[in-house]
Amino acid sequence: MPARLRVLAAMSGGVDSAVAAALLAEEGHDVTGVTLKLMCYGTTPLSPRACCTLDAIDDARRVAVRMGFPHFVVDAEDVFRTRVLQPFLDAYAAGRTPYPCALCNQHLKFGDLVRRMELVGAGVLVTGHYARIERAAGGGVGLYRAADRSKDQSYALAFVPYAALGHTRFPLGALSKGEVRAHAGRLGLAVWDKPESQDLCFVPDRDYAGFMMNQLGERRGTAEGPIVDTRGRELGTHRGLIHYTVGQRRGLGLAAPEPLYVIALEPARNTVVVGPRRALESPGLVTEPMNWLLSSPPEAGRAVEAQIRYHHAPAAARVFPRQDGGVEVRFETPQSAVTPGQSCVLYDGDRVLGGAPIAHALGAEGAGAPAADPTRGAH
Amino acid sequence: MTAGERTLIYFDHNASTPVRPEVVQAVTACLDGLHANASSLHREGQRARAALERAREQVAALVHARADEVVFVSGGTEGDHLAVVGGAWARRDEGRRVAISAVEHHAVHGAAEVLEEQGFEVAHLPVDTSGVIDLSALDHLEPGTVLVSVMLANNETGALQPVAEAARRSRHAGARLHCDAVQAAGKVPVDAAALEADYLVISGHKLGGPKGAGALIVRRGAPLAPLFRGSGHERGRRGGTENVPGIVGLGVAAECALRDLAAEGPRLRALRDRLEAGLRASAPGVVVHAARTERLPNTVNASFPGARSDHLLIALDARGIAVSAGAACASGAVEPSPVLAAMAVPRETAVCALRLSMGHTTSAAEVDALLAAFPEALRAARAVGAHAGG
Repeated sequence: MPARLRVLAAMSGGVDSAVAAALLAEEGHDVTGVTLKLMCYGTTPLSPRACCTLDAIDDARRVAVRMGFPHFVVDAEDVFRTRVLQPFLDAYAAGRTPYPCALCNQHLKFGDLVRRMELVGAGVLVTGHYARIERAAGGGVGLYRAADRSKDQSYALAFVPYAALGHTRFPLGALSKGEVRAHAGRLGLAVWDKPESQDLCFVPDRDYAGFMMNQLGERRGTAEGPIVDTRGRELGTHRGLIHYTVGQRRGLGLAAPEPLYVIALEPARNTVVVGPRRALESPGLVTEPMNWLLSSPPEAGRAVEAQIRYHHAPAAARVFPRQDGGVEVRFETPQSAVTPGQSCVLYDGDRVLGGAPIAHALGAEGAGAPAADPTRGAH
Repeated sequence: MTAGERTLIYFDHNASTPVRPEVVQAVTACLDGLHANASSLHREGQRARAALERAREQVAALVHARADEVVFVSGGTEGDHLAVVGGAWARRDEGRRVAISAVEHHAVHGAAEVLEEQGFEVAHLPVDTSGVIDLSALDHLEPGTVLVSVMLANNETGALQPVAEAARRSRHAGARLHCDAVQAAGKVPVDAAALEADYLVISGHKLGGPKGAGALIVRRGAPLAPLFRGSGHERGRRGGTENVPGIVGLGVAAECALRDLAAEGPRLRALRDRLEAGLRASAPGVVVHAARTERLPNTVNASFPGARSDHLLIALDARGIAVSAGAACASGAVEPSPVLAAMAVPRETAVCALRLSMGHTTSAAEVDALLAAFPEALRAARAVGAHAGG
């Protein structure tokens, strides 16, 4: 048997993190399960489907009881509110489409929890993410895509501090979802057939705008305003910027000879800019400061693959570091719907090189108006 | 094989205290041989009935009540509900107000909510910074107040309340007095007759008995509307077949507690002084709550600034010590306890509160083991707190 490790296991209440923790316990390691409490359940009733409800805490507890290791709930509401929820709101108010899962992983699971490892003297943090951490060629460790590509979560992990990878384990990185459920069944975990969590765990029913307005009292970005085309002609009225995202086609309420897409959101003028599909294309993008999962940033012009949404086939590109710590990414072929706020994650094959929020698209030369105002989003 | 199976040094006796060996023996014998229903008329039933009545006398002796004043219930929560809801409901034609102290156990607050839903008004009696009720509030009860609830010892801080005086002033105002003595019984002398409480509640598992058995002492003449009806158990005051093994265990636990009371009080007080002195030495900024008032000899509730309750609990658990967070609910939310809030403890201090409670199994060696583990656990918890916005 390998040396017995003291392990802190992050447990959301779902089957993945349950199996990850249980597998380490089964190997004989000294596991302590922790569920982060992210929302105040007393005042914010959430969908039972969400992964961070009281039911989820009970589910995680049951797994710990079944496997015979201790489990605790720790209150991380403050960190969640300041590091995830507030940036989520601010991004929408600024006409961006945020990706809070990346922030949650960065600040909660691999920030807050890492600091809590010392409470139990743990040397290893375990989560149920589908991704791999392996020795990298040329030294150090690297973050890699999961063996099960359909479940791969490396995109959501690109903001994890590089130093945290060294003491993190992803036991599910080499497994398929079917194998994970089979382990859950074999170990008698009651969560074995629990449905997948969908979208953002803290937003019930996918209604982001409703959640922001009704549950969080957000007022910014909720005022009606004009919908204009790329030449500035007013085509209609929008319901408030937080209802829209770049690349969106449905729900615009416009009659036009060809399909129109949201090209940009301009909070300064409270305007939604729409245009034909080709106007969505950008030759590249600029990011906010990068989180590198490398010992040193790559040299200018390095060939990479850039993934700009969770469900996006990575595009061949070259990367050019900028003075501010961000990068300029130039695609080999233009990409559609570069969306400020979403993560741009750079890969070398399976390896994650780093990631950052997209600041703005590079202007699409010769294709009409720029996909987004390049002066925007630099904050 | 797994970490969950190791035994922790136990400093959470106010939550539940280990069952005494004499109780294990009595309950086991009862489960083994007393299978009849205590209401049955045959001799087997009479044997079960005799065991119940013996337990009733044991319980009555512990709290200086008469045996016929003892109503067996399932524990503290039911006892509090039966007294508060049943006591107020029985007098609903005389008035629809009750008053409860701000530091009552959740069970009493819950019972008061039941009454609120039935149209009663509930007043909350303030406490001072030591958690002791302001008796003068009882001189200004609203007319129509039929019941006042003041606990004997607070479950979180151990602070003792002036129940006898509260009963006198309540009576003067025309109100009956309910006293939750769940934490006090077995730890300090409880004299229901001297307190002149109309209703007094104790719970078996807080004094070395089994869970699921407790008693409500209903003073002669105090009215009570039963919550469970349908049969004449407990003289019509609590329907349902009696939990004979649990009640037998409660009785034996009460007898043992009474027997040991005179010796245990000073012994626990000495351990508490040792514990507090050690904590003050290793954590200079420690704030001991209710330190300036009379309190239970077994309880220390203290805040360690910079170390949030949930973190310190986990850190101590990992180092082999079981304690209670003074500031967390079942969901893990770190909210200041309502008791500390009522004592005007600042929020940032209240979220760092820990309850250490001792009992009949606690030894000086265990106190020393806690004190040895404490500095490292405190350091680890403070290291998190500095970052986690605690």
